[in-house]
Amino acid sequence: MLGKLTWGAIPFDQPIPLFAGAFVIVVVIAVLAFITIKGWIPYLWSEWVTSVDHKRIGVMYITLGMVMLLRGFIDAIMMRSQQAIAFQSQGYLPPEHYNQIFSAHGTIMIFFVAMPLVIGFMNFVVPLQLGVRDVAFPTLNSVSFWLNATGALLVNISLVVGEFARTGWLPFPPLSELTYSPGVGVDYYLWAIQISGVGTLMTGVNFVTTILKIHAPGMTYMRMPVFTWTALASNLLIVAAFPVLTATLAMLTLDRYLGFHFFTNEAGGNLMMFMNLIWVWGHPEVYILILPAFGVYSEVVATFSRKSLFGYRSMVLATLTICVISFMVWLHHFFTMGAGATVNAVFGIASMVIAVPTGVKIYNWLFTMYGGRIVYATPMLWTIGFMVTFVIGGLTGVLVAVPPADFMLHNSLFLVAHFHNVIIGGVVFAMFAAYTYWFPKAFGFRLHEGWGKAAFWCWFFGFYLAFVPLYVTGLMGMTRRMQHYDVPEWRPWLLVAALGAAVVLAGIFCQVAQLVVSIRDREKLRDLTGDPWMGRTLEWSTSSPPPAFNFAVLPQVESLDDYWRSARLAESGKGPTAEPDYQPIEMPRNSPTGFICAFFATFAGFAMIWQIWWLVIVSLLGAFATFVVFAWRDRTEYEIPAAEVARIDRENRRARGEALATAEALS
Amino acid sequence: MTAFQAGADYGEGRREESYGHGRAAAHLDHSDPVSKRIIVGYGFWIFLLSDIVMFSAFFATYAVLSGETAGGPSGKDLFDLHNVAIETACLLLSSFTCGLAAIGARAHQNLMYYGGMAATCVLGLGFLAIEIHEFVGMIEQGAGPQRSAFLSAFFTLVGCHGVHVTLGILWLLTMIAQVFAKGYRADILRRVLCFALFWHTLDIIWVAIFTVVYLFGAGA
Repeated sequence: MLGKLTWGAIPFDQPIPLFAGAFVIVVVIAVLAFITIKGWIPYLWSEWVTSVDHKRIGVMYITLGMVMLLRGFIDAIMMRSQQAIAFQSQGYLPPEHYNQIFSAHGTIMIFFVAMPLVIGFMNFVVPLQLGVRDVAFPTLNSVSFWLNATGALLVNISLVVGEFARTGWLPFPPLSELTYSPGVGVDYYLWAIQISGVGTLMTGVNFVTTILKIHAPGMTYMRMPVFTWTALASNLLIVAAFPVLTATLAMLTLDRYLGFHFFTNEAGGNLMMFMNLIWVWGHPEVYILILPAFGVYSEVVATFSRKSLFGYRSMVLATLTICVISFMVWLHHFFTMGAGATVNAVFGIASMVIAVPTGVKIYNWLFTMYGGRIVYATPMLWTIGFMVTFVIGGLTGVLVAVPPADFMLHNSLFLVAHFHNVIIGGVVFAMFAAYTYWFPKAFGFRLHEGWGKAAFWCWFFGFYLAFVPLYVTGLMGMTRRMQHYDVPEWRPWLLVAALGAAVVLAGIFCQVAQLVVSIRDREKLRDLTGDPWMGRTLEWSTSSPPPAFNFAVLPQVESLDDYWRSARLAESGKGPTAEPDYQPIEMPRNSPTGFICAFFATFAGFAMIWQIWWLVIVSLLGAFATFVVFAWRDRTEYEIPAAEVARIDRENRRARGEALATAEALS
Repeated sequence: MTAFQAGADYGEGRREESYGHGRAAAHLDHSDPVSKRIIVGYGFWIFLLSDIVMFSAFFATYAVLSGETAGGPSGKDLFDLHNVAIETACLLLSSFTCGLAAIGARAHQNLMYYGGMAATCVLGLGFLAIEIHEFVGMIEQGAGPQRSAFLSAFFTLVGCHGVHVTLGILWLLTMIAQVFAKGYRADILRRVLCFALFWHTLDIIWVAIFTVVYLFGAGA
């Protein structure tokens, strides 16, 4: 009846996961109870859970990413403290538990932190930058989000029911095969990633279509903001790479569930094929994350230097070059496979070549700052911190792209330091810059600057303290994922690294404090103009937060940085200030389809993991029925009457006019 | 020719239904906003491309593992090109009837639409029946997917296509029910268009399977 699921699945004998799980359950129940008592459920259901508004979905993605960042960071703290303690001793984490922690850390940070954050910002920003009212397929967008949340939920369920994979963040065979991992840990991984991967793929389809087919009038390709360009590149990579992940994980699933022989040691299976396939997805995945990050920096650096971006065309070209080359470097993840000197040389050179367009970008940002009137607001600090940190990470990347050097550094902590260097210094810093930069657009008030700057400095120095020691111990020969060690020379460096993690923790505290303080002081931090930073792109032309329809009248785009142009024209009194001719607007209706699908997907995934076959069938039928019911709807859109559009827009125009007049009077 | 005429009218008639721009865009916009039909078709093409990428991963795997028979039977021992020819005929013919159904839907001609869809369904089921018969036969001979890496790759690649055909038939039946219940509404016609694209794509993939798996395999 319940497949492999028994009471034995609950780790009663392991206090750490048991208490952690119990704590999470208590917190979740407390939050749900609080929401119920406050009577917020109808609001949450109709305005958020069933929302197909790209802005709401974006905010939910970012919330998911931030919450999971805390979970992943707790894993990081545990690893750093374990290695600080476990010198010539077992530390406090037994090996089977430690292995689950580093696997969960990597899986969560990539799939359920970095991806939701990047996709969340694309959701929130891209339609606004294009000057349109939503993405191409709004309900599909909601389905994508909720499937992603399903994946995150399954990973967290594994904390309490059963176990998580002990294989690392990519389940390399033969370790991940049934013979060597007989538990459900790898199955949790497979189904969580498979379900959220489907969601991500649909996001890719949705955004490629949106960016290529839906524009405000006059928004030609070469007038699109760089963030939107990078979002396009990133989604093209999703469409091309994620199906490979789906296929690869499906093959491993067949190996484990039905005794196939794709990656087994016997009957002709080829485990190195898994390495090739997974990295054909895995390397583009790196660029799926970093390209939108580059887009964020491009927006921020132009805004806070008060200049248009230097080399816009070269930026677009560099983005698309990286997009293409990213598919030609996957083998550098396993030079040690022994493909031969020629093959390794080709992939090594390709890996170094990709540094060229990246270098172009770095110079473009520098030249944007050159001669600009730079404002050192928090998003700009993250950007400058990124430029320094990412160059170092990029150089160590070029170093490991040299096959002979890689043979020495493969699987060492040097590699771990390298990819954290580029992912934290590149992606995470960008997400924090984006968070500070677009927060006022989403909620109508800015984040507190002082706490934001404190958070930046803690993260910046904490990062160096935590990861420079790992470069050193890596060069000293320490391999990754060690539960304990007995080399005295490594010890001081690992203690410094643990200190670094503590400093980063202080940064996270600053960020929580920043959010709390900002909400408390929101009236003081209110953004009435819709343009708190003197922005350049169309999202700043509407109010903060934007109305459901984004723009009362679609903007007429005439140049790159169009909003900057029209805002300056308006200042000099030459702009079109006459009230536009308001028309009724049709918007997509909200739909619970995404949530209900994810509900069934959660049960389907859980049932597949524990091999409860009847529940699998019931869940799949439920998901299919949901789609049919959705397809049977007769009304898919609702109309906002012209009078209502006019009322909202007049109110915003009035508030903006007053705020600008006040600002003028003050200056 | 009335069918094509009506189809063209349909395309023009939907112009005002541009996505997300509402009516406000009609006189503001100098360039025509893209119609919903174009957006849906375009998005679905992107999805189909991603599906083809997934198949290409299975094809690559099959290419790597096709010689790894682990002492078991190879394609030459197992494949019956006679059966495969009938299968292929079924599927190619079903693409034709699917095309007829799509034209029928655009022309609002019941006979053509329902007849075309029914024929597509029957041919698709025929294809599946032959494929299942082939699979069962192989498993009975002890040549199931657990026998060797070659057979794992074979069953996965061909089976994945079979699963797609099965889901396609499920979709086909849903589309028959939708048109029956709601008539030839614009949004339903868009779905019929997507279904037709999906079905033709399965055909393209089958041509590749026919060549790479069966013809190469039986000849090797």
